[in-house]
Amino acid sequence: MNSDNSMSSLLKEAQGIIGPQQGQMRDRIVNSIYQTAESIAASTVSTSGKVDWDRKIDKIITSKIWGFPIMLALLTVVLWITITGANVPSSLLAEGLFWIEAKLTDFFMAVNASEWLHGFLVLGVYRGLAWVVSVMLPPMAIFFPLFTLLEDLGYLPRVAFNLDRFFKGAGAHGKQALTMSMGFGCNAAGVIACRIIESPRERLIATLTNAFVPCNGRFPTLIALATIFISGSVAVTFKSAAATLTVAGLVVVGIAITLLVSFLLTKTLLRGIPSSFTLELPPYRKPQVGQVLIRSVLDRTIFVLARAMIIAAPAGGIVWILANTMIGDTSILALVAGWLDPFARHMGLDGFILMAFICGLPANEIVFPILIMSYVSGGAMMELDSLKALRQLLVEQHGWTWLTALCTTLFVLCHWPCGTTLFTIQREQKSWYWMFMAALIPTLVGIVLCIAVNYLVRGLGLV
Amino acid sequence: MGLTYQSTGTAAFREEAFNFSADDKQPVIALAGNPNTGKSTLFNLLTGLRQHTGNWPGKTVLQSKGSFIHQGIKYTVVDLPGTYSLLANSIEEQVARDFICFAKPDVTVVVVDATCLERNLNFVLQVMEITNKVVVCVNLIDEARRKKIQVHTDKLRKMLGVPVASTAANIGEGIPKLLDLVSKVVFDKLKPKPVQIKYDKEIEEAVSKLEPKVIEALGSELNSRWVALRLLEGDTTLIQSLENYYGKQHLQTLQEVLA
Repeated sequence: MNSDNSMSSLLKEAQGIIGPQQGQMRDRIVNSIYQTAESIAASTVSTSGKVDWDRKIDKIITSKIWGFPIMLALLTVVLWITITGANVPSSLLAEGLFWIEAKLTDFFMAVNASEWLHGFLVLGVYRGLAWVVSVMLPPMAIFFPLFTLLEDLGYLPRVAFNLDRFFKGAGAHGKQALTMSMGFGCNAAGVIACRIIESPRERLIATLTNAFVPCNGRFPTLIALATIFISGSVAVTFKSAAATLTVAGLVVVGIAITLLVSFLLTKTLLRGIPSSFTLELPPYRKPQVGQVLIRSVLDRTIFVLARAMIIAAPAGGIVWILANTMIGDTSILALVAGWLDPFARHMGLDGFILMAFICGLPANEIVFPILIMSYVSGGAMMELDSLKALRQLLVEQHGWTWLTALCTTLFVLCHWPCGTTLFTIQREQKSWYWMFMAALIPTLVGIVLCIAVNYLVRGLGLV
Repeated sequence: MGLTYQSTGTAAFREEAFNFSADDKQPVIALAGNPNTGKSTLFNLLTGLRQHTGNWPGKTVLQSKGSFIHQGIKYTVVDLPGTYSLLANSIEEQVARDFICFAKPDVTVVVVDATCLERNLNFVLQVMEITNKVVVCVNLIDEARRKKIQVHTDKLRKMLGVPVASTAANIGEGIPKLLDLVSKVVFDKLKPKPVQIKYDKEIEEAVSKLEPKVIEALGSELNSRWVALRLLEGDTTLIQSLENYYGKQHLQTLQEVLA
């Protein structure tokens, strides 16, 4: 005899007692619970002259006409605040940190330190840190709190509500819009949020497509590129407005790709019908503004600084070593970049850009800093303390066009998620296969997209 | 594994089945409730931890654990994922149910949203079917006040038969009273007598036939009426959990009782 029998005999007994109507038991039980709850609530709750503002606001925010314009407007406002707000601290930090770099160099000269030690520590490790802190930190520290405020306010479920029919149409789960929204903060968090989707098939779709939402670590790169390349062509007053619209447009592209890829997945690897669900719209709540701002600005700053220490600093050091270790008369860095170059050219990029993406696997924040460092190292030294100088570096010394910038931003939007996210996917899905697919799918999309755009633009003779 | 609840005591059982550390002999408080009622806010307030709380249902997907000290006694507090019921329709519901049912927290604080009490009471009633040690925390009363909704907690306490505290966890209102009630229930200075849901005649008759057999099989470890109801609706997830948490050995003794 085994133990299963004892419980199943009890179950059988139960079946015998209740007879053939066991199927309706749950409904009847739930019904009694509801009735009891209703009668208790009726005699313990009183309301007076209640105007339901939530429902009134929801009628507008989730309406067919206003839902999308409001969503886009909010996105634009958040991005605009991020972009304009980040300008000042960014340039202050850059000036400060590169002033320190100069002092460090003086110090190393004064103590007669060997050239490679100075190069590794100052031009590698320190500079890697400095770039992450000055270019990446300010937008991250501004965007994230704003995002958190919207979340606390209760706006995210409304976004899910608005996008629901699109996800249904793509054969995915409506709650995917919610996990996608979380992805704006952090893709790893977005992947964990996928647990709210009960159906394994739909949860997997949401997991695999989460990387198409630019996370907080990728926004600054988009912003920097948009600012650099828009700023040259538009009058100064409209500079940040134009950059904002560009980044907002990229986000919309990301959402469109999410839907498209979800649709393709439901037609190929993950067939099935979307399950229905009830999405509860929570009440609007006044966020604890002060607390959220202080806490998440601080948390973000500490988080970014910690990641900069752990990842960007060593990465900077390694890049410097690679740039200064010669094989024959070319550096390893140049060799690798040269090797990647032919393929990268098809995508409208160059070897250095593709290499920076590959080096950025541990954390997306370091992609752009690594790119700058590998452009700079070994080459002519220059003062890179402003976006204008960056533009000069990219355009004049490395032949970037607006097409290069466009393809780079598209690849920022569509490539493998960062190491943390991949690790999270492996843990959530308990599958190396799906982790691999989660890296492969966005990468393939990115490669195809970049090649298509590159050849289209060149074919039309626009560059 | 052969460890059973009875033979080794609650602490060891919690350690094995729910990852509590071995020296965790402190009273365990579970926070349960519908999604988005402020469990995590309350959790953070009590423990001083800083889990981010969001305003959307389903934010807490992991159960998290912390501790706090009240009047010189250290309590362990567990933030359960928010669910609408304990009928094990989803993994989260099963996690919440199993914790309340098998880890036997010394008190289960059911956090309810004062602005939509009725829906939340469904959940309260289900918790009260499993355990007597319940304290209801009517949270978000500040929001209810703004919306001109009044919850009569005294009457609620009488009708439910369990202690009720009203709180606004985001601004710390009502927390001392809540902790007071919690500690009283932990140390049996207050014995909640939860009201029972009356089901229709047929169900009640079936329950009274089945319940003695459940008691014979499981003893007094679980609420026999509740188990009988689950058996009547053919809930196989509960049987699975019984096997997971009590192990084969224990079920074999059940077996002998039944034979």
